[in-house]
Amino acid sequence: MREKELEKLKDYKYGFSTDIENFKAPKGLNEDVIKFISNIKKEPKWLLDWRLKAYDRVKALKEPNWQKPKYPKIDYQDLYYYSAPKSFKEKPKSLDELDPKLIETYNKLGIPLNEQKRLNGIAVDAVFDSVSVATTFKDTLTEKGIIFCSISEAIQKHPDLVKKYLGSVIPITDHYFATLNSAVFTDGSFVYIPPGVRCPMELSTYFRINASDTGQFERTLIIADKGSYVSYLEGCTAPMRDENQLHAANVELVALDDAEIKYSTVQNWYPGDKDGKGGIYNFVTKRGLCKGKNSKISWTQVETGSAITWKYPSCILQGDNSVGEFYSIAITNNHQKADTGTKMIHLGKNTKSKIISKGISAGFSDMTYRGLVDISTKSSNSSNYTQCDSLLMGNKCGAHTIPYIKNKNSNSNIAHEATTSKISDEQLHYCQQRGLNSEEAVSLIVNGFCKEVLQQLPMEFAVEAQKLVGISLEGSVG
Amino acid sequence: MENFKTDFEKALKNNNLTEKEIAFKNLNAKEFSSHGFPNRKDEDWKFSDINQIIKKEIGELNFYSEQLKKSEIDKDILLNEIEHNKLVFINGQFLQIDFNSEDKGKIEFLDNQNNIDEQLADNSLINLNNALSNKSYKLLVKKNYQIKKPLIIYHTTNNELTSQNINLKINFELEENSSLKLIDLVKDKGNKNFINIFYNFSLEKNSILKNYKIDQFENDNIRYMFNNIKQSSNSVSETFYLSKGSTFSKNEIFCDLKGEHSSAFVNGIFSLNKSKHHEIKAKINHFVENTKSYQLVKSVLEDKSRSVYQGKIYVDSKAQKTDGYQLSKAILVDETTEFNAKPELEIYADDVKCSHGSASGSLDENSIFYLMSRGLSYIEARELLINGFLVEVINQITDEPIKKLIKNLYGLKNEY
Repeated sequence: MREKELEKLKDYKYGFSTDIENFKAPKGLNEDVIKFISNIKKEPKWLLDWRLKAYDRVKALKEPNWQKPKYPKIDYQDLYYYSAPKSFKEKPKSLDELDPKLIETYNKLGIPLNEQKRLNGIAVDAVFDSVSVATTFKDTLTEKGIIFCSISEAIQKHPDLVKKYLGSVIPITDHYFATLNSAVFTDGSFVYIPPGVRCPMELSTYFRINASDTGQFERTLIIADKGSYVSYLEGCTAPMRDENQLHAANVELVALDDAEIKYSTVQNWYPGDKDGKGGIYNFVTKRGLCKGKNSKISWTQVETGSAITWKYPSCILQGDNSVGEFYSIAITNNHQKADTGTKMIHLGKNTKSKIISKGISAGFSDMTYRGLVDISTKSSNSSNYTQCDSLLMGNKCGAHTIPYIKNKNSNSNIAHEATTSKISDEQLHYCQQRGLNSEEAVSLIVNGFCKEVLQQLPMEFAVEAQKLVGISLEGSVG
Repeated sequence: MENFKTDFEKALKNNNLTEKEIAFKNLNAKEFSSHGFPNRKDEDWKFSDINQIIKKEIGELNFYSEQLKKSEIDKDILLNEIEHNKLVFINGQFLQIDFNSEDKGKIEFLDNQNNIDEQLADNSLINLNNALSNKSYKLLVKKNYQIKKPLIIYHTTNNELTSQNINLKINFELEENSSLKLIDLVKDKGNKNFINIFYNFSLEKNSILKNYKIDQFENDNIRYMFNNIKQSSNSVSETFYLSKGSTFSKNEIFCDLKGEHSSAFVNGIFSLNKSKHHEIKAKINHFVENTKSYQLVKSVLEDKSRSVYQGKIYVDSKAQKTDGYQLSKAILVDETTEFNAKPELEIYADDVKCSHGSASGSLDENSIFYLMSRGLSYIEARELLINGFLVEVINQITDEPIKKLIKNLYGLKNEY
């Protein structure tokens, strides 16, 4: 029995779950649960009203079903909408007060908080299930006037900022999952960079799904005020579970005049086992608003995990001269499915956007790039460049490209290119001749294929991501 | 829809149909009345809501008209530039046939075919066509026969006709080693009609189909044309669209490459002005190894016009060594125009070469400057650039006399 367990663990490096008793709201989705969440977080009335309004919309909305990967119907009444590690009912004052088991979990993940604090100079706001447990490097950030905390804390301490920007990019009138999130979101990160400040370090949050049957509804809100800059990292791993877990997070970015936000993600949630059993449903809504003039938002993502990934980090280029970028690597293996891409909506004058998407599918997996480039009548002198490349390994998998291109402005240019190819035998032979085994060779070639995107990642992530690319494709050749 | 129901019943009564045909028509009519005209909710009609367009441009549509008396063919609709065989349809009714240039017994045109498809189409306009097209025609090219002169099918309406739905369905069969050069020429005198044409092609081994659809002349009609092509091994299909004259036009092509070494070429030109709205939707299905497809579509848009290109390459997991290519380009001449594209790839095999490209933008000011500095006026420079841009597509036409004809019709000089 024990050996069997170990065998399972071997398959998924991060597949373990910490045994912490969970403090849960009752199962099900109704007004009482929402009131419970709002109450436990001591939220002001306007927020509760906002949540309830969103919930009213949820009741009227239908789940979208146009996506390529289909999934069994989710019973929203059978999920827990709030769970916090019990020992954190009262917030710890310092890292020493943390549950030792939790620290151990992070250690297994290779992100020891203490170490990271000293070595990397990264402030970590770690989300364990739904409650933020520790925030480091507060002092350095406070000095600059940067706010980096959990969104629950921000609601208490900076209600004006939250009230002004929450829902300004993803309103409660949005699609099903985003609206569901607005109704029941539990925690997440909040970042505010004051005017003219360049954030001196990469801000990072490690998400972690722990409790079985817990839908995670994170809400992240990042505001870069005039002339500021911030780079934000998000990385995820999750323990092994047999049931599918739903993750419907919302991420909102707002860049004011001359501000720049760089948002990087490495997503490596549990993808299900080799036969496609289990795994996370990653239905995340990410949207950035280039509100001010000369603002810039750049999304970089490395998606290797999850049973189903369904997300389109988007940019609304509202300010004149604003810039949107999207760099993506998506890898699917075994029975994983991904339907991902971006939307670039050009509204302001002289706006520019760039999309580089690399999709790799192996095994029995299915990968879809779906994207929208929309240049409106008023957005003159704008341009977009899109490149989506797909790599297939074997003929049991699929790679699809579905771009929507809308040009309503004669002074604007759109260029789109897409290719589909495979790893050629010559390339493999060349590498193997020089002493690499077939898996190393594939990893090398794939890393080369993804280079344009990997380059965009911050140092700390780039190394991790490169390894991840190799690991994700293990066993796909031969 | 009320209109449709009563009109459909009238149409059923006035045709001599077998029981099977009646059942088939009823089934299609039911399908159409439950779906209605496609709207934006249908993925295939995301960019062009034909329901709205019909409402706006035509209003109330009649689906049935008393048999019009046989009209004489206006001599002026016939083309004199090229020697050709003729099939003339007026208001959707077959009027004249002329295969004088061809050997006897090698080409057959049959107008008493059973109009029954094996499968119910998942397309409400085809359902409409099946429910209402009164006869099903069939053109058969016999084994080993290569057509000598092109066949021109004249699609004409006369000025008595308005607010009318016209449905026409023709099945084409090209037997082994045969070839057909087919020109569909649109010449209308009637206005504000909805014309729905459905072609089924079956291409046997080594056969060659060349189909040129010419919608050059200004008219106020709404047009939908569907080409359904099934190809066996070594067969070639070449389809060319000149999409210019109608108020609204949507050309769909659905091509199944079912035999090895078969290939499909789709080329199209949109040259639009005056708030016209045209669309091409191509879906090429590669089902077996070593097949090839090539699509090239170019648009020049002026004065509130819109064009849409939806192209899809589907590659089955068995279809290794597929070579698929798609390119769409558009020039938006002024600010009121719009170009939408959805170039899709759906691929399940790894050893393939598939790519697509799409570009849209304004005329290149530098090129205009270059030409003007060499003595051309602004208008001449613009015209030269636009013609040069479009002629690349016309030059893809493999039949020399027809290439010349189309250049002539479009008003391009031979130097291009």
